[in-house]
Amino acid sequence: MPEMDGVVDSPLVEVSDLNVTFVSREAMVHAVNNVSFSARRGEVLCILGESGSGKSVTLRTLMRLLPRQARVEGGVRVNGKDVLAMGARELRDLRGGLVAMIFQEPMTALDPVYTVGQQIGEMVQRHTSGDRKAARARALELLELVGVPSAERRLDAYPHELSGGLRQRAMIAMALSCNPQLLLADEPTTALDATVQVQVLILLRRLQRELGMGMIFVTHDLGVAAEVADTIAVMYAGRIVEVGPVAQVLSDPLHPYTAGLLASTVHGQRKDQDIDAIPGSPPDMRRLPQGCSFAPRCSRRSAECRTAIPEPRFPAPGRMAACINLPVGID
Amino acid sequence: MALASALDLRDRGGPAQPLLIARELKKHFPVKGARGKSVQAVDGVSFTVRKGETLGIVGESGCGKSTLARLLLHLIVPDAGELVFDGDAVGVADGIAVNALRRQVQMVFQDSYSSLNPRMPVRDSVAFGPFIQGRKKAEARDIARAILSKVGLNADLFGPRYPHELSGGQKQRVNIARALATDPRMVILDEPVSALDKSVEAQVLNLLRALKRQLNLTYVFISHDLNVVRYISDRVLVMYLGRVVELGPVEAIFERPLHPYTRALLASRPSMDPARRIEEPPIVGDPPNPIDPPSGCRFRTRCPFAEPVCEAASPLLGEWLDMQSHVAACHMQDPASGHSKAGHA
Repeated sequence: MPEMDGVVDSPLVEVSDLNVTFVSREAMVHAVNNVSFSARRGEVLCILGESGSGKSVTLRTLMRLLPRQARVEGGVRVNGKDVLAMGARELRDLRGGLVAMIFQEPMTALDPVYTVGQQIGEMVQRHTSGDRKAARARALELLELVGVPSAERRLDAYPHELSGGLRQRAMIAMALSCNPQLLLADEPTTALDATVQVQVLILLRRLQRELGMGMIFVTHDLGVAAEVADTIAVMYAGRIVEVGPVAQVLSDPLHPYTAGLLASTVHGQRKDQDIDAIPGSPPDMRRLPQGCSFAPRCSRRSAECRTAIPEPRFPAPGRMAACINLPVGID
Repeated sequence: MALASALDLRDRGGPAQPLLIARELKKHFPVKGARGKSVQAVDGVSFTVRKGETLGIVGESGCGKSTLARLLLHLIVPDAGELVFDGDAVGVADGIAVNALRRQVQMVFQDSYSSLNPRMPVRDSVAFGPFIQGRKKAEARDIARAILSKVGLNADLFGPRYPHELSGGQKQRVNIARALATDPRMVILDEPVSALDKSVEAQVLNLLRALKRQLNLTYVFISHDLNVVRYISDRVLVMYLGRVVELGPVEAIFERPLHPYTRALLASRPSMDPARRIEEPPIVGDPPNPIDPPSGCRFRTRCPFAEPVCEAASPLLGEWLDMQSHVAACHMQDPASGHSKAGHA
């Protein structure tokens, strides 16, 4: 591909000033507000946030998988292509081709009336010129790649005949079928049992490395992020509040929300003490507070926090925090 | 605390009498369209709950932990086995009636929304229990107000609201208030924080701990989150495919797990440290289908130490002496089992 040469150094994903608003008769929900980030080829970016933080909406925007009421503004470029400007045909080529997605619930994301082999084969045929036989062979190869035991037999299984872990592996196989350069994962292990979750995390990490894909992984679980991420972007109330390399963000969080999230996640705290919970609850996305959305729950808040939305600050290479009261010694 | 329990007129057996004893509880659900087949959800489960303790129950989906919770309240009737509440057998002629049991044992469910009536203001949901149990309407309302403020909700502000007007954490607080409105001695918490965001989960865990102290409660805490179970429990029971595989004091289970399944479960926890990622899966595969569980030890199909004896015979849980006992149902723990690693595992 000759046009590739010019874009190798540019990021695989570039999102700038993204705003997503859901408009209904009663209200406007500002799900994503001025979000900017980028991800390189071969990088795993984890978007960490709680429910309603806008992390899944951000992810879906990268593939334009949003309902009609969504109003999207800003810039989204994948591999140099403007995703927001794409027409229907280009979008169909993008989805599953350049970019593929795995979802949280494999049972609802897979079609219950087709076998796993048929579903993967359909995808292969849509994006390549091969016939049905070639598609089936490719499907088999993919199931083996993702570690499905007795793959030949599983090709003819319906989703309900598989266990949760195997269904999730089948969905990963389908996502990988056309060698995407970018894999989007929306809480892919949240519905799985602990012993199965770790298997799928290890698998995704291995595949991402071996196939050299970029991966954007959305999760609410700090432990999962610690297992897969190179870079973490923390979202709160539709904004990215902190970005940085995973080890630094987890050991030395800059934003008070990240720090609070770490302190309130139960992992080996003393049993005779209360957990340091963040007080209050996340804001109503229809009525975001003035200024910093986290200020009402924040231990570091000052009067200025209410006056303006904090600008991103870059206190160290690769690190960003949108807070005016960063820890002492950092500016 | 000792004073409070001495004053509890309902305490019949004294401090040495376990609050709840479950003996060989069994519940199989028949499978429609498959004659003779059944889901062996709970298959011979025995344990005790001491007064004032928190017993954590862990296991993966399908291990029977939620069925077990419902059996403890007689929300579903066991096929076999016996429940003893504070010295009285449950549901038998000279024991304690199921209705009387439910006055003293309450439950909080995982899904905070679907366990509240959407057409009832939450203060009425909370007042409903005391009202049904014979309190006057005004009295029940007063109880609801008091208990709502105890769980951290302003009764004037939140009481008149409907469930859909509350956040997940607030709804779960209402569910806790409803469970406590009938002044129970024991609360069964079935994944009470699993659906909550982490920042809210911590608030609810702190609340549960404070309420337990204030109201002298006993908890059975069911969860799949091992970190949460370690934090909140005094003792832990590990289930796998309808059976107890390990039981013991919380630190013993987490520091010196005996059963290979418990070890795998503990090793599957994300590390929270990117420098110490899990490189190899502790065990492979999914839990088997509970309709056709493996013979003998149910874990043997995923166990790295499985030998012929594991297929031939079901391992027993081991001799359970007192609250400090730490036992595991594994042939490697039984020197007489014939397993090659028996005795020095």
